[in-house]
Formats: sequence, structure tokens, C-alpha cells
Amino acid sequence: MSVTVIMGLYVFVLAIFVGWQLISKVPHLLHTPLMSATNAISGISLVGSLVAAGSDHGRIMTVLGSVAVMAATINVVGGFLITDRMLRMFKTRTQRAK
Amino acid sequence: MTSDALVQLLYLAASVLFILGLQALGKVETARRGVVYAEIGMLLAVVGTLLHHEIVSYQWILISVVIGSAIGTAMGLFIPMVKMPERIALSHAFGGLAVGLVGVSEYLRHGPSISTLQMAATGFEVFLGALTFTGSLMAFGKLQGVLPGRPISYPLQNATNVLGVAVSVAMIVYLVLHPGAAGVFYALASFGVVLGITLVLPIGGADMPVVICLLNSYAGLAAAATGFALGNNVLIICGALDGGSGFILGMMMSKAMNRSFSNVLFGAMGSTPAAGPTATGQAPAAVPISSANEGSVEEAADILRSARSIIIVPGYGMAVSQAQHIVRDLANALALGGASVRYAIHPVAGRMPGHMNVLLAEANVSYDQLFDLDSINDDFVATDVAIVVGANDVVNPAARTQPSSPIFGMPVLAVDQARTAIVFKRSFNPGFAGIENELFTKPSTMMVLGDAKKMLGALVQELKGELKQAA
Repeated sequence: MSVTVIMGLYVFVLAIFVGWQLISKVPHLLHTPLMSATNAISGISLVGSLVAAGSDHGRIMTVLGSVAVMAATINVVGGFLITDRMLRMFKTRTQRAK
Repeated sequence: MTSDALVQLLYLAASVLFILGLQALGKVETARRGVVYAEIGMLLAVVGTLLHHEIVSYQWILISVVIGSAIGTAMGLFIPMVKMPERIALSHAFGGLAVGLVGVSEYLRHGPSISTLQMAATGFEVFLGALTFTGSLMAFGKLQGVLPGRPISYPLQNATNVLGVAVSVAMIVYLVLHPGAAGVFYALASFGVVLGITLVLPIGGADMPVVICLLNSYAGLAAAATGFALGNNVLIICGALDGGSGFILGMMMSKAMNRSFSNVLFGAMGSTPAAGPTATGQAPAAVPISSANEGSVEEAADILRSARSIIIVPGYGMAVSQAQHIVRDLANALALGGASVRYAIHPVAGRMPGHMNVLLAEANVSYDQLFDLDSINDDFVATDVAIVVGANDVVNPAARTQPSSPIFGMPVLAVDQARTAIVFKRSFNPGFAGIENELFTKPSTMMVLGDAKKMLGALVQELKGELKQAA
């Protein structure tokens, strides 16, 4: 197995641990915004899509890449907007009284 | 510093911001800040990618980003909160689609000269991406009501699906050995497409919280596979975070349903509705259930007027009839009369994790009034009235008392221990799982049948009228 794979696995496994620690601390109250936010973050596949759409390796690749860019952008933009829209609604009684 | 190193540093900064963002999302006070961190992270990652030496033409990128942003903005701003599960399912579909298409284009680009690692990663990427795409569309269809919410079962479904997954893995192995076999590659993608459909169709609507979490997890894993294929760490990290979060939430959901992952995926619960009373059913069988203890809105108001402590238990029925605003009006009217009002939220109430919390927040219910199962369940004993709005299985005492019940062992809200339970329900039909609920026939329970929104509206009018007379 090449060193690249092992370095990739390092990153993957450590990220899983970090994710586990962070996400198990999120209360039930915030699970929908959490899911919506991780959804927006997973729009990071935009990174791969951008290269596919912009690297000029033939028409098919450009088309596939462009559709992928569009789908990922919908998730990123929509995901962040709706997460914030949800979080804005969470208030305590004292905050509302102000 | 070379531009490649700069790109990598931007990716590193993005990864750190995503992690800080998720950490901040753990508390309500800091959650909005967390979204800002993640947004900045995404911006850095995109800017970094656009600096990538391979990107030579920006025309199609620009067009796609503009269209995607327009659709994303419209969805982000205008989708009603009650449609959140549908939106999440749809966005998983978009995520799966993006990843799958990137995988296909990578394969097209490298052809037979693709490296072993890239082939393995691209195989998983395309398979998981395709499966997530169609699976999420099925979940969306079920939630939206385009597809029947009941489990659609077909002969040998589990055997077929297990075989399908096994063949797909075998195809990935074959491709690693013979990367030039384009036919096998496209067969693998098609298997992903078909399995997404056949895996999700047999799962019932009530199990959607777990399915949505799992699809979230698959979308993340597919993104991580993309990261391996492209040698891109920020993709691996985000994929791991997303995959891990979906998995953890799914485990929490299954635990709250007292079922295992495999049982949700392969059990197709609800396909055989329980016929008649269960083993111990004596009283419930004798009393005609339809008239057992039905009460009117006026009678409910009478009970509530003298109640000092009240717990409201919302369920999926509240979401269906969009009754969250009128539930809040009821709580306000009761609080005005001097009662203490709290909400008890079961982890699997609704169609996705945290569904009820978001709906109540939308209706301006303060989150310090929302309590989860563990923190409120012991208080039902000392509570005057528990008001159940459109919840069924999550308040079924059989989960505690009847070992023969299919939901025995599932943690439930102890509504039956409150002095009185008032249940708002559309009809006496058993819940989705077809399990009888003895709470509905208990002498201390009053059933108010009809559309929750309408009945609660009448109840609020009744209570308000009373208050005005008193004043």
C-alpha cells in the first residue's frame, strides 16, 4: 500500500474521531440544524466538481462537472441559508422578552 | 511559496474552520457563529480550488455556480420549516449526484491508466453516490407523499439487496484488477442507482429518521472516497465529519426506537399490521374502542382549567396538520391562567432528528421550555395533565409493560403516569406501525378526535373565553 493511501487514512480516521467527539455533544434540540449544516459542509464536493468542470478535458467531462457544480452549489448555498434561518428562531423566554 | 502549497494551506484553514464550526453548533448560544465559521471555510476551499493549475476555463463554472446559487437561495429562503425532512432528503440526493458525476468524469479522464488507489476510491465514490442519489429521491418521495409511505415489500427483497451489494463490491475488486473494463464500471454505477431504489422502498415512513441519517452518512463517505481519489484532504475530512455525523445520529435514532440498524433496514416493520388485541388484552378488547373515552373540547377545557402543571407532547401529527402555532397559543393561554407549561420531545418524534424542536422554534416557543426524554420523563408522575398532539408510538406504555409488544423496550414518554392525559388524534386508527396503544383506552385518558389544528383552535377559544369572563 502506498504512502499516499496511508496518509489519507490517517486524515480520515482522525477526522472520524474529531467528528465523533463533536457531534455526540450536540443536544437533540439542535439535531436538525446540525444535519442541515453538515449537509452544507458536504457540499465541499464542489471542490472536485470545479476541477472536473473547468479543466477542459472534453465536452462530456465539462457537462458532468458543470451539473455536479450546480448540485453542490445548491447544497452549499441552500444548506447554509436554511441552517441560519433555523438557528435564528431558537430563543429563550428572556431573549424574547427583550 | 508555490501556488500548490498555497492551495493546500487554504484547504487546511478550511478544515480547521469546519471543525470549529461543528464545535460551535453544539450550543444554541454559539450555533450561528458556527455557521459563519463553516461558510468562511467553504469560501476559502472554493477560492483555493479556483487557483488550482488544472482549471483553465471558468465559463461553465460561472454559469453552474450562478444557477446553483439561485436555486439554493430560493430553497434556503422559501422552504417552510415543516418541509425540512423533505429538503434534507433532496439535498442528500444532490450531494450524491455531484459526487457520482465527479467519479464518472474522473474515470473518463484517466481511463485504463487510472492508478489502483484511484480506481478503488472512484469505484466506491460512484457506487455510493449513485445509491445516495436514488435512495434519497425515494425517501423524498415517501416524505412528500408522492410514493406510498407504507413499506413496499417484494419477494426475497433482503436476499436480493444483500446480493446486489455483494456483486457491487465484487465489481469494484474486479475494476481494481482490470481498470480498463469500462462496461463493469458503468454496470457498477447502474447497480448503485437500482440499489438506492430497492433498499429504501421497503422502509416505512416512520423509519425515515434513521434512513435520512444513513443516507447522510453515505453521502459523506462518498465525498471521502472522492477525497481519496483526488488526493484531497479537505474532502476526506469533510466526508469523514459528514459520514460520522450521519452515522451517530442514525445510531441515536435507532436506539430511541429500541431497534438495530439492520432491523430498520431489513425489518420492514409495519408491513404486517397487528390484528386485534395483544396477548394480555382483556379490557381493551371488551370496550368498543371507538367510544371508549372520547371527550369534547369543552370537557378538555374543564380539565385544563384546574391543572397547575402541564406537559405538551408533540408528534408527527402536529407537523402534518401544521398545528405548532396553535399549540403555542394553547400553551400561552394555559400559562396566562397560571399553569406551568413545558414540552416533552421524544428523540424520534417526527420524520427527522430534532424535527419537533425546529417546528416549535418556528412557532416562537422558547427553547428553554423544550425538554428531552431523559430530563422530563420522571416528572410525568407529578403532572396534572399531559397533552398529546399527534404522537402515538412514542407514548405507548406497552413499550414498558408488555414484553409481547413489537416496541417493547423502546424508551417512551410516560404520559400514562400523568394524572390525566388528553390525546389529540385524527382518528382511532392505530399508528403507522399498527400497534395497539392502551394509553388511548385508559380511564385517565381523554381522547379528542379530529384535525389537531381545528380541535386545538376550538380549545384555545374556549379557554380564552373563560379568561375574559373571569377578568
